[in-house]
Amino acid sequence: MLEVSNLDVFYGKSQALRDVSLRVDEKEIVALVGANGAGKTTLLNTISGLLRPASGSVEFLGQRIDRLAPHIIMQLGISHIPEGRKLFSDMTVRENLELGAYTSAAWKRRKETLEQVYKIFPVLKERGGQSASKLSGGEGQMVAIGRGLMSSPRLCMFDEPSYGLAPKLFSEVLEVIKHLREEGITILLIEQNVRNTLETADRAYVLENGQIVLEGKGKDLLRDEQVKKAYLGL
Amino acid sequence: MHILEGQGVTKLFGGLAAVSNVDFHVDQGEIVGQIGPNGAGKTTLFNLISAALPFSSGEIRFKGQKLNGLKPNQICQKGVARTFQQTKIFADMPVFQNVLVGASFGTPNRLSQADAAREASQKLEFVGLSAMSATLVKDLTLVNQKRVEVARALATKPELLLLDELMAGLNPTEVSEAMELVRKIRDEGITIFMVEHVMKAIMGICGRVMVLHHGEKIAEGTPQEISCNKQVIEIYLGEEAHAGS
Repeated sequence: MLEVSNLDVFYGKSQALRDVSLRVDEKEIVALVGANGAGKTTLLNTISGLLRPASGSVEFLGQRIDRLAPHIIMQLGISHIPEGRKLFSDMTVRENLELGAYTSAAWKRRKETLEQVYKIFPVLKERGGQSASKLSGGEGQMVAIGRGLMSSPRLCMFDEPSYGLAPKLFSEVLEVIKHLREEGITILLIEQNVRNTLETADRAYVLENGQIVLEGKGKDLLRDEQVKKAYLGL
Repeated sequence: MHILEGQGVTKLFGGLAAVSNVDFHVDQGEIVGQIGPNGAGKTTLFNLISAALPFSSGEIRFKGQKLNGLKPNQICQKGVARTFQQTKIFADMPVFQNVLVGASFGTPNRLSQADAAREASQKLEFVGLSAMSATLVKDLTLVNQKRVEVARALATKPELLLLDELMAGLNPTEVSEAMELVRKIRDEGITIFMVEHVMKAIMGICGRVMVLHHGEKIAEGTPQEISCNKQVIEIYLGEEAHAGS
């Protein structure tokens, strides 16, 4: 479904991604783990068109997308739930959610998708009319996830959904992710809660200093000595 | 000695009690944790202590002296520094200048320019960011931005440091490093009050933990006591997670 080939990405002169290749098959949950600064967020930003690669390509459903604008990429079916939420703080919860559905196809279905989002996060229905700036950190994260689902994506990219969430809520978010996959949505997930993430993911890639250094089944990587030492703190 | 003490602290947002009649204290030299579900009022309590928000009723004392009515900058100069869950930094300024702001304007006694600069570079070294001193803060990862906030807070020479989710976004190995940093700060004689969801950190470094839920304090105790508390497991930890990861 998604095929990333030999990506090189730079910030000015410093190279953030080196010859990165990765693929995500339909209905997979693929995780991307690595230390902070390894390039995980850069990779998602490149896939969603926020950054342009110096070389290499990104294909989605057989089509080159690495020169397309972010809003076009989103219309093709890739949704990006960014690190740090990035909500519109002067708008209400409901307005933030509806903005996720601004493509014409999604806009027609927005009432229905909104109900689905409210089913996943009931508190957002209660807070629908409240300004996003008044939300707690964790509630804000729920809005960011909800907004990402409003476009009815085929592929949903999560950049650290656990950020700022209470432990119990994070377990719930992982359940949501599994549920989305059952609904037919493919998942590419960055997450620092490495153990739970590798247990949940079908496959995972380990990124180190801008390069993919390991790839494998999530459960196999959990047993990998290098992964244990570098990311699980064991 | 109670370095920080709150009595009947209450904050209403419209009809909603974000913090409701909370009594709490932090002793000198302690590392105290604050946990609770999202929306429980943890950050709001920090906002009341640091006067980012006015409170509705109750009082907070720092070293016996009332903080009510003081401005955020005055509270900082009295020795209470903080970091933010959603980083509040000068994104277009280099790392060093961000920390210099703390050393220049936040300290109890005004430092000379030279002293402030020396203080700022020491604190950058302390948090391990010396190499990025000239980088614009917006070009840092979120995690390093949080470290800039820690350095900026330390540069104000605080006696009490409020840390709001310093560990968020760190993988377990990085959490261990950050725990080391917090211990190191405490060993410098700075008392720590921290909001954190990463239970490994709470269990590993806090002497005492308080739990907020719907704005009320529902439990308090050692990390071990708290992690076995049925209500805390039910509302916060979840069945499988209380070992932390």
